[in-house]
Amino acid sequence: MRLKTFLLLAALVALHLILLFAGFVAPYDPAAQDRELPYAPPTGLHFKDASGWHLRPFIYAQTIAPDGYVENTSRSFPIHLFVRASSYRVMGIIQTNWHLFGVAGPARITLFGTDGFGRDEFSRVLYGGQVSVAAGVAATLIALLVGSTFGMLAGFFGDWADESLMGTTELFLCLPWLYFLLGMRAFLPLQVSALKTFFLVTCVIGLIGWARPARLVRGVVLSARSRNYVLAARGFGASNFYLLRRHILPELSGILLTQATVLVPRYIAAEVTLSFFGLGVSEPIASWGNMLSTLQQYSVLVSYAWMLAPMGALVITSVIYSLLADTLHSQLKFHSS
Amino acid sequence: MNYLGRRLVRAILLLVGVSALCFAFTEMAPGSFFDEMRLNPQISPATITSLEEHYGLNQPLFVRYERWMQAAAHGDFGYSIAYNTPVAPLLWSRAKNTLLLTIVAMLLAWLISVPLGVWAAAQHGRMLDKMTGVTSSLFLAVPEVVFAVALLAIVVRWRILPFGGMKSADFDGLSTWARFWDVAGHMLLPVLILALADGTIIFRHVRASVLEALEAPFVRASRSFGISRTRLLFRHVLPVAAGPAISLFGFSLAGLISGSLLVEVVCGWPGLGPLILDATLSRDFYLVIGGLIFSALFMIVGNLIADIMLVVADPRIRAGVPDAP
Repeated sequence: MRLKTFLLLAALVALHLILLFAGFVAPYDPAAQDRELPYAPPTGLHFKDASGWHLRPFIYAQTIAPDGYVENTSRSFPIHLFVRASSYRVMGIIQTNWHLFGVAGPARITLFGTDGFGRDEFSRVLYGGQVSVAAGVAATLIALLVGSTFGMLAGFFGDWADESLMGTTELFLCLPWLYFLLGMRAFLPLQVSALKTFFLVTCVIGLIGWARPARLVRGVVLSARSRNYVLAARGFGASNFYLLRRHILPELSGILLTQATVLVPRYIAAEVTLSFFGLGVSEPIASWGNMLSTLQQYSVLVSYAWMLAPMGALVITSVIYSLLADTLHSQLKFHSS
Repeated sequence: MNYLGRRLVRAILLLVGVSALCFAFTEMAPGSFFDEMRLNPQISPATITSLEEHYGLNQPLFVRYERWMQAAAHGDFGYSIAYNTPVAPLLWSRAKNTLLLTIVAMLLAWLISVPLGVWAAAQHGRMLDKMTGVTSSLFLAVPEVVFAVALLAIVVRWRILPFGGMKSADFDGLSTWARFWDVAGHMLLPVLILALADGTIIFRHVRASVLEALEAPFVRASRSFGISRTRLLFRHVLPVAAGPAISLFGFSLAGLISGSLLVEVVCGWPGLGPLILDATLSRDFYLVIGGLIFSALFMIVGNLIADIMLVVADPRIRAGVPDAP
């Protein structure tokens, strides 16, 4: 059990590090177009050419032929690790041009193929992941913050605070969330800058989702506030704020952690859905959702299977998170019983 | 009855709350349906002002809300500006398609998942139970968008099923029987996506609640009396395990309108989903509000039906036992 949790945590950290340093892992700029290479298939990695086997993999340059792309085998381009190419900023601060791997021009290494503008799909999946995962994590933070605040207030003070707050959560729980998300998005400006949309989408998702964590937190607080040590502390004259901070809040760590692992993949999916509909983060900034929205054309869906790559990334992220949620949940149950 | 009465009052309050929330958001909205007309030099500002007056958009929020509430109480949900028709009939004509889709999907999901869940719980700990457990948790982890797009990709790639819309181009020329099969064929893909997504959740819940009931002390006692496994399962365990399943059934009912938005848009099914999405993009507020209220109505009524069914099924709730679920 310990090993499984450890492996899952390692996978989670690795995933986020890759996304955080997307600029380093990605060989190209996500917005760099190459009109000569629209919808190019993934480049094949070769180890063997006319002169025999090579330890270092190499690729061939692709060119358009009448019936699709062909590889020009006259010249091979070996893949190098740690190369200097287009410059980018690490986490928006440090400017650098080191990349994990790359090939010399004019060949382009496109591991997941290219999209209709000849942009490297692999780089876009990484950069898009930054946006989608950041939206999911930020929305989760908002939902948990608002939810635990209201849940604590409702559970701790009871009476009318409990009644009114839990009534409000019921209102939010019975809202059909996707419709409501669309509705809320409808009432907000359509054409705004990408950064603003990002904040908007995150806030909308987080503010709709606060009700469930609020209910769970309320339940825990309700049982925690009548524990003997809380009553004793109150007897010694502890203030409400002190009780909440010192005795109630630590009780919540388990449930908040589990909720976070449950909510993050769900909110990433919500962002992807909104962007898929064209209501989320918009071009030229990549997000998994707006990358998938080109698939609404049947021709793309049929002919260019590699355009499904963001879906693979989304599935991997969701599966890691939900497996982690399962283990956390069972461990929490084990501890409490 | 007291319990149900309170639930009913709460349901009505919730509907009022949802509508108030919607109107509050329209007020915060900076854009309006006529924004694009304003950019058009051929339409004078006076025309737009008179149009706004015609649709009552120049009134203050509270006046609009009050008028809308009065009309909504009579079944009139306002006027769609883009379609130039009343909202209610428009919504209803699309909702029929949505309901056709979701009811079939719901029946399919329940008919398959419940026996499967009971069976998996009865097989607890064996190979098959573990396999279905792993499969279902993987299905549960995959977001619905991925399901929908992946299945659509498979169908479109290999032309297994008809896709896109609800009817073939030559629908009007077909005989009644052929029409039925035409719609059924088009329906198969969205129904499959919906049933797969819902069925996984139902399966997990049914399995968990049957398992919990199987491990209850009274079941162990009954087993020691020599009651056979089959009789124990069907006579003693299932009625106890039905409680959570009934609540879940309420959720299923509640999602009949709103649960299929994504699938409808992806598969091009002419239901409420694409209508509301278009209304969102064109800022046709009353249509959006109508759609929201309509789906919230289903949500609330679905939960209410679940409450009623729980009262009928569970004597503890009727008697008002404090720790009843």
